[in-house]
Amino acid sequence: MANTLFDKIWDAHVVQNVSDGPTQLYIDRLYCHEVTSPQAFEGLRARGLKCFRPERIYCMPDHNTPTHDQDKPIEDPVGKTQVDTLARNAKEFGLTHFGMMHPKNGIIHVVGPENGLSLPGMTIVCGDSHTSTHGAMGAVAFGIGTSEVEMVMASQCILQQKPKSMRITVKGSLGKGVTAKDVALYLMSKMTTSGATGYFVEYAGSAIEQLTMEGRLTLCNLSIEMGARGGFIAPDEVTFAYLKDKEYAPKGSDWDQAVAYWKTLRSGDDAVFDKEIEFDAADIEPMVTYGTNPGMGMGITKNIPSLDQIEAAGQASFKKALDYMGFAPGEQMIGKPVDYVFCGSCTNGRIEDFRAFASIVKGRKKADHVICWLVPGSWAVARQIEEEGLDQIFKEAGFELRQPGCSACLAMNDDKIPAGKLSVSTSNRNFEGRQGPGARTVLASPLVAAAAAVTGVITDPRTLM
Amino acid sequence: MKQKFDIITSTCVPLPLENVDTDQIIPARFLKATTKEEKFFGENLFRDWRYNPDGSLNPDFVLNNPKYKGEILVAGKNFGSGSSREHAAWAIAGYGFRVVISSFFADIHKNNELNNFVLPVVVSEEFLAELFASIEQDPATEVEVNVPDQTVTNKATGRKEHFEINGYKKYCLMNALDDIDFLLENKDKIEAWEQKRV
Repeated sequence: MANTLFDKIWDAHVVQNVSDGPTQLYIDRLYCHEVTSPQAFEGLRARGLKCFRPERIYCMPDHNTPTHDQDKPIEDPVGKTQVDTLARNAKEFGLTHFGMMHPKNGIIHVVGPENGLSLPGMTIVCGDSHTSTHGAMGAVAFGIGTSEVEMVMASQCILQQKPKSMRITVKGSLGKGVTAKDVALYLMSKMTTSGATGYFVEYAGSAIEQLTMEGRLTLCNLSIEMGARGGFIAPDEVTFAYLKDKEYAPKGSDWDQAVAYWKTLRSGDDAVFDKEIEFDAADIEPMVTYGTNPGMGMGITKNIPSLDQIEAAGQASFKKALDYMGFAPGEQMIGKPVDYVFCGSCTNGRIEDFRAFASIVKGRKKADHVICWLVPGSWAVARQIEEEGLDQIFKEAGFELRQPGCSACLAMNDDKIPAGKLSVSTSNRNFEGRQGPGARTVLASPLVAAAAAVTGVITDPRTLM
Repeated sequence: MKQKFDIITSTCVPLPLENVDTDQIIPARFLKATTKEEKFFGENLFRDWRYNPDGSLNPDFVLNNPKYKGEILVAGKNFGSGSSREHAAWAIAGYGFRVVISSFFADIHKNNELNNFVLPVVVSEEFLAELFASIEQDPATEVEVNVPDQTVTNKATGRKEHFEINGYKKYCLMNALDDIDFLLENKDKIEAWEQKRV
């Protein structure tokens, strides 16, 4: 009898277990963006296939979209071709498409939850590793490759080895200035970028239950950065309140029926996980990364590890990372001058993130030498920023809001951090060149990013709160 | 591209770094193609390590060292972490690698390699360390990857290990079949499952 939440959802979607092979799993929702889908559509055409269940597939461009003048044609001809190709493919295959400037357009992992397209108990995939985001709704959601996107288009199924299960419990309550992003960066720093590879992670414990829905989305978003296929949180009243009246969520008696089912989506008290890990929220402070993978993070008041704290096999990579960043072992991060600040992405591009950013910059001024990009995760977020008057706070403090998209998180559009410049970014990856060739990235929460933007150096946001 | 696997014997290209992420394998700015141009992706494999910012070759990077060539890439622990971009697997295939040996692969990338007929072979830390040492000592060191027997052999030292691959995927690789071929064959099962669910 399945007793972890993961087993319950997985088992409810098994079409068959292939002998000495993977599971054929039914997929409730496929999201497609412009970068990882064109070759899948091309594959369908080559085989003369249609989409098997087009009503389960939602498409939108986000990676290439410029963050200014979206009403005009995209200047980059290659990026434009990719965005246009998605629109054409969606039309040809009869799929819902939220194109650029569509009121529902934005980053897929922001748009899905905010419209009620991602629901508890679902299986959700997308050709994007941050699909783990949707696990926050109590769904089994994971990133896949383009061949797998083609599989789902062709059959609404995917062949997958069943991952192992892990529960990460964070007990206690988060302190002042400590956000879901800090929890995630803390977990990565403890688990490393491969510590959860092969696992699906259930997050539990009082610190997790106390997170808002948006905080949960941030935490689950970063599951992949520990190597996990996905991460999720059992749905509860916070989830139901968030989903109620969302456009694509069930309505009326369907809603009541759905909630009754969703309430059963919990791991049993006697559930057995392949691995259980527990952390204490009191140990977590605002975090920053110092290296070139998201696991190279530390509390903002701490020092970069010294070489002798790194195991032998990892020393070459550690040295290469610090060389790239221009940091020395044992140094502190506080006080380092910052050139760029980016607030946005599928990790931290939601309304609460901009509220947090505004809470720090209100009544202060942007440091003159810092270039700051504030990029809402969707048009819905952009509209809410205006409704709440946050745009005025930003304006008075010398900040400018841009238009929605993935932007400087991976710099596929024009929002590239120049070589050698140090960027404090609320995004998800600090890999070499991720934000532009030679760009140096420090990952942090919106509070830390805002503190850097107004002081011009890496600053503990608690000193400004 | 679909190709049948049997026994591959080749020299190796060593990349003894840990946590090589898919942004390094193929940077995001090269993801804008709308077709599977393996040649283009292969030319840009490890782009920012392989070329200097001015576009000239970086002579210190292993792919630019004529001593090292072959169909097998040997990489440090946790290869292919990060983005799910299958372009990374296309780049590896496009460059001409058929096998990647490491002690640990990131999940999504591992699937992407398999779906592109590049075989990820997981070996022990000891096997990997010894193989790096063998290649450093003699770049002509050959490795034999025997798919039917599921064994990998360092021919310099004779060290041989069993590697895991499920029976289904092994059959697919040895017969050049992909998952879509399989899924299309059992659409009736999918429809029956959908009926039952309602």
